[in-house]
Amino acid sequence: MLETRDLAATRGDTTLFSGLGFSVAPGALLRVTGANGSGKTSLLRALCGLLMPSAGEVRWNGENVRALREEYWKHLAYVGHADALKDDLTVEENLTIACALAGLQVPASRAGDAIAGFGLAGRERLPARALSQGQRRRAALARLAVSEALPLWILDEPFAALDTLAVERVQSLVGEHLARGGMVVLTTHQEARIKAPTVTDINLDRQ
Amino acid sequence: MTAILRAVIHRDLILAWRRRSDVATAVLFFVIVASLFPLGIGAEPNLLRAIAPGVIWVAALLACMLSLTRMFASDHADGTLDQMLISSTPLGPIVVARVFAHWLVSGLPLVVLSPILALQFDLDQSLLGVLAVSLLLGTPVLSLVGAVGAALTLGLRGGGVLLALLVLPLYVPVLIIGAGALDAAASGLSALPYFLLLAALLVLAGAFTPWAIAAALRISAE
Repeated sequence: MLETRDLAATRGDTTLFSGLGFSVAPGALLRVTGANGSGKTSLLRALCGLLMPSAGEVRWNGENVRALREEYWKHLAYVGHADALKDDLTVEENLTIACALAGLQVPASRAGDAIAGFGLAGRERLPARALSQGQRRRAALARLAVSEALPLWILDEPFAALDTLAVERVQSLVGEHLARGGMVVLTTHQEARIKAPTVTDINLDRQ
Repeated sequence: MTAILRAVIHRDLILAWRRRSDVATAVLFFVIVASLFPLGIGAEPNLLRAIAPGVIWVAALLACMLSLTRMFASDHADGTLDQMLISSTPLGPIVVARVFAHWLVSGLPLVVLSPILALQFDLDQSLLGVLAVSLLLGTPVLSLVGAVGAALTLGLRGGGVLLALLVLPLYVPVLIIGAGALDAAASGLSALPYFLLLAALLVLAGAFTPWAIAAALRISAE
């Protein structure tokens, strides 16, 4: 269970958000919306433990994530704003290293299926440099298909630059993850159709 | 955990192979700088022999500096660094794996090439081994200390110059001891004490710099 208490973040002199308190229980989806620059990415980075909040804390099962460190991170899959793809590595190699860093042991056949599931079949051996923007996003999101063992997914704009087919694929992956008791936090501008027992919405504009 | 570290080293070596020209630049720089001195000074065997240790060591130092800026910059830009920061493996060991991979492609070639370059300085054959060993012990220290500077200057404008200003003073002890080993051996003394000092520096850097690098990387990511 992921909780925040009185969470606040600042950039320079501006306060992005403050007094943010919410919890994400197993099977729950948290949608973060807000205008550009409202602090969505900062909130997600604070939830990941990458950004030190200016006040408050993020807790995982009751303990501060900045104290838990690896104990927290081994439960976390984070797909950030940047795709975390190396231009010189192939789609397959990029997926392998991403899984290795997350501590996942993924057999080659499953990795191939994950890539094919995102419509990149036949492009496994292509360097990421040769992919279009949307294809890069797909290659980055392909790791979700093998991340079912990680209970908490934090996704920054997962639907950006994707076509309808890939958006549906991400939505179904998120839906399946929630159905098996996973937790998902995502930011989006679109009205995502994801079926979940509990959906919490946070709009950073109203903070 | 060892599987992850192996994956990280493997990744860095593949990347270096696919960007061979970047690696070659630093190595060629070393070869050219070390070769310019005999050409500029002329054929004066005694003088060349006297300056050889210092020149080769300074060239190695500068070649090492050249490759430092690349160490974390692209990972920082494309978001891979974030994934390393929130890896299930502690950041310290990951950083050591990355520095080791960096040394394999930018430090080890200098060690291998140094005896050949030393021939231009008419260095005595018995000293070639001393030169290689001193570089073998010294270049990993350069990579470790340099990585601290690279992590600290990550994402800064004009980071390259700042990196040089930060790191070069810290390289001075390695330079003095490394070149001193050759001077001692040339005057008939044992080079062993210098090797032991270099090894001590390596142990010290190996023990403390990974935590400094990890802390600096976390600050850069905020």
